[in-house]
Amino acid sequence: MNGENVIRRHTTVKNSVIFGILTVFSLIFVAPILIVFMNSFKDKLHISDTPFTFPTPETYVRLDNYITGIVNIGFINAFGWSLFITLSSVAVILLCTSMTAWYITRVKNKFNSLLYYILVFSMVVPFQMVMFTLSKFANILHLDNPLGIIVIYLGFGAGMSTFLFCGFIRSIPIEIEEAAMIDGCNAIQLYFRVIFAMLKPITITVAILNAMWIWNDYLLPYLLIGSDYKTIPIAIQYLQGGYGSIDMGAMMAMLVLAVIPIIVFYAICQKYIIEGVVAGAVKG
Amino acid sequence: MEKSLKKYFPVFVLPTLIAFVIAFVIPFIMGIYLSFTKFTTVTDSKWVGIKNYVTAFSNKDFLHALIFTTYFAVISVVSINILAFLVAYFLTRGIKGSYFFRTLFFMPNLIGGIVLGYIWQVIFNGVLYRFDMTLTSNAQNGFWGLVILMNWQMIGYMMVIYIAGFQNIPRDLIDAAKVDGVTPLTAMRHVTLPLMMPSITINLFLTLTNSFKLFDQNLALTAGAPAKQTQMLALDIYNTFYSRMGWEGVGQAKAVIFFIIVAAISLTQLYLTRRKEVDA
Repeated sequence: MNGENVIRRHTTVKNSVIFGILTVFSLIFVAPILIVFMNSFKDKLHISDTPFTFPTPETYVRLDNYITGIVNIGFINAFGWSLFITLSSVAVILLCTSMTAWYITRVKNKFNSLLYYILVFSMVVPFQMVMFTLSKFANILHLDNPLGIIVIYLGFGAGMSTFLFCGFIRSIPIEIEEAAMIDGCNAIQLYFRVIFAMLKPITITVAILNAMWIWNDYLLPYLLIGSDYKTIPIAIQYLQGGYGSIDMGAMMAMLVLAVIPIIVFYAICQKYIIEGVVAGAVKG
Repeated sequence: MEKSLKKYFPVFVLPTLIAFVIAFVIPFIMGIYLSFTKFTTVTDSKWVGIKNYVTAFSNKDFLHALIFTTYFAVISVVSINILAFLVAYFLTRGIKGSYFFRTLFFMPNLIGGIVLGYIWQVIFNGVLYRFDMTLTSNAQNGFWGLVILMNWQMIGYMMVIYIAGFQNIPRDLIDAAKVDGVTPLTAMRHVTLPLMMPSITINLFLTLTNSFKLFDQNLALTAGAPAKQTQMLALDIYNTFYSRMGWEGVGQAKAVIFFIIVAAISLTQLYLTRRKEVDA
């Protein structure tokens, strides 16, 4: 009895120490974002030399930086383009790659297995390998606009998405599909009435992984559509782009505005995001 | 069923196939071909054999970027995995607030590289200002800046995979070790670690390739300054293409070398660590 108490007290002490370490660690984790938030209310001249102090009456500029960010730099437009490109690309990727994955898993022939291996192979190819040829080729085909880039995202994202869908589909018993076929469904009806609903868990994973990639992607949209349509990462990089001094105030405001939608999205579906990322990594 | 399905090829496969051919297959094959040519746009290429590869390997910027990236990758992989493993270990011991901590540590992983780069640029420059330096006043600052940024971004990601790994270890195995009077350290080495090998495989693989492919963070944090000394491979390839006239062929040759390195790492890593896995 006594011994057990000693052990229990020992673990409680140990746990409090761990709790303390984790608390310090989490402060380190949120500090950078809080510091940027704090500086977004400061005059641009006081950000680089005193970033760790609260705004004082003489450095406080109210929402001026946000107004610059929204009015002059066009944050709203950038947000709109990011949202449009991300949502439409993810929707197209989910629909097309899940259909392809089901087809090449169920129809066994040489062409399909070759396609599968090339898709898997594309996952280890870094973007720089095709960066130049892809952007020139997209220009030639007139895919260098917000609609065309969806095709490019489908093509470049097809590898991982098809791979994840294929892995899941292999675990679905084929008997369900055969029964539906006997009941007179054709393949398209079968797919939309039966299969697509069964794919829901992996669809969430694929959606989250692609959304994270496309929302944050800088280089591909910059090369293809960057001069006419700026997504959020492009708009932020553009602030730095010109020679001379950057407007640090507007930069801080833009960073805060860029982080807020991510935090909101994360707060709403963090459970799915973490599960999706783990599932994607473990299977990939 | 296969037969009735077969004729639906145009509906099910064609859209993905066309996009994949446009966005990957053709650019990839053209990329390999163009690395042996001299060109400025993709249509005016002239065959030059392996000249671009010779130029790439004698290019100081490229060799420096290769060494810099390797250093960066080694240090990041080790630090990220050790820290993520420890945090995951702490968070699977039933401590109050574990779920909250997990959610918080994962968050930076969702923020894109460009945004992360500028967030940290302010922090680093603010600290270094006290010492009369900036992030780009020497290569050391930029290097450690990148390492810290990468840790901040990746620890949470690796942590959630380690947590999933810890949760898959059967409780009774650890209890059995305890009953046998094994010290926690020995239990860690002989029971926990071997069972954690699948997660360790995945995480080493993910951190190593992500470190090698790093671009956005590099561009936003230092853009290679000072004098290209903190320029990593992906950024060097980008600059060879877009800010050096007449070097497109060399840029493409560098891109092919980069691809071979990344692919080789991925495959070796998988092969080496898969062998050590143990079934629970």
